[in-house]
Amino acid sequence: MFQFRLDGSSGVPPYLQLVHQVRQSLLLGYLQEGDRLPTVKDVAAGLVINPNTVVKAYRQLEHEGLASGRPGQGTFITAASSPVPSQAQQDLRASLEEWLRAAEQAGMSDDAVTALIAAARHDMRKERV
Amino acid sequence: MAEYDAGGSVPALRTEHLGRRYGKVWGLRDCTLEVPAGAVAALVGPNGAGKTTLLEMIIGLLEPTEGQVSVFGETSRADTAATLARVGYVAQDHPLYRDFSVADMFHLGRAMNPSWDQQLATARVDALDIPLQRKVRRLSGGQQAQVSLTMALAKRAPLLVLDEPVSSLDPIARLEFMRDVMAAAADTGADSSLTFLISSHVVSELERFCDWLIVLANGHVQLAGPADDLLAAHRLLTVPRATPDAELPGTVIHRDDSDRHSTALVRTDPVQPAVRGHAGWQADPVSFEQLVMCYLQRPPTAATTGNPAPAAARPGPTGKEVTR
Repeated sequence: MFQFRLDGSSGVPPYLQLVHQVRQSLLLGYLQEGDRLPTVKDVAAGLVINPNTVVKAYRQLEHEGLASGRPGQGTFITAASSPVPSQAQQDLRASLEEWLRAAEQAGMSDDAVTALIAAARHDMRKERV
Repeated sequence: MAEYDAGGSVPALRTEHLGRRYGKVWGLRDCTLEVPAGAVAALVGPNGAGKTTLLEMIIGLLEPTEGQVSVFGETSRADTAATLARVGYVAQDHPLYRDFSVADMFHLGRAMNPSWDQQLATARVDALDIPLQRKVRRLSGGQQAQVSLTMALAKRAPLLVLDEPVSSLDPIARLEFMRDVMAAAADTGADSSLTFLISSHVVSELERFCDWLIVLANGHVQLAGPADDLLAAHRLLTVPRATPDAELPGTVIHRDDSDRHSTALVRTDPVQPAVRGHAGWQADPVSFEQLVMCYLQRPPTAATTGNPAPAAARPGPTGKEVTR
């Protein structure tokens, strides 16, 4: 059974952390179509988090078409994992390296770069949700 | 499932202009708030903020001086059986009769509560490895807290009020207690969603437990609503120091001035902060703990019933003046 975890110091809202873990596990192949996610109660008790947070995460996954709830049976993964194609990954990496060099020339530290990426990503997700 | 219905249905808890005066001093004043059924609500505030006064009026231990409380649409009255039956209560110090056994406590619970669920009570302590015949005084602090929670759950009341339930427990007992609370919150059928109201002055752990937030300070509600919406409605702005409050978007809740820049927590709904046009401005999301701490530090004059005061009513920048 899939195991969620929670990082209390990441600053990412708990329900988004759960959503990200499913997305990431799909990309990495740890989760596959047809897998059942743990019950809301098991996640709530296991992580000691509010069950409504888990409900919200599962709703978000359903909304994104990654999972669907079957009454009385649980929530199942419906999306086939679709890893990012390697060519696309290489292109992204090249443009990222170019950007990182520009950041370094501008005098940004590693921490500042990480903070900027986290802030930008956070804002993007806010807009998407 | 435990998801609550934000609109439409009868709220688990509603207070309207609720107040309680002790002599000349108001312990709580003009408290208007709602908690929907199925929510896990955190009631946060420093000691003396009025938390216990509010909780005791909700459970029917204390008569309001003004205003009223209703639980699932029914007005609470102090010392009436109907009010007591609708609310389960776990007090701060888990008061149990020390010379009673756990079974004796359950016997008492059954005698006092018409809807007592003996099977739930015994199954819970069994799962926790607490012997029914053991005397309360021989239980650990964590076990006493668990027996108190069991008594409240077995009452089958739809609203459970927990007053600082874990403040006296060690970290492991605290985690185990909250694990059981979260499991109980999840373990509800369509017809019987449990609603929790949990008071605490430990802010750091609350984000993972609650989905509804009520901040109480100086006898007034400072902030109340769904936790996620409240977080989304605020931004931490970093701006040049000389920027006056009036130029900042939204309502300034808290402001810290250092020699070159100022950090301000602003409530930006319904306006979005227009930061991009301003050189040197930055807007960041606010963490749960920062949000609560900023509201707890508001001056008493800015207190409102859940909504921020209009910007004009606020005093000027409250930050420390830096002189060199």
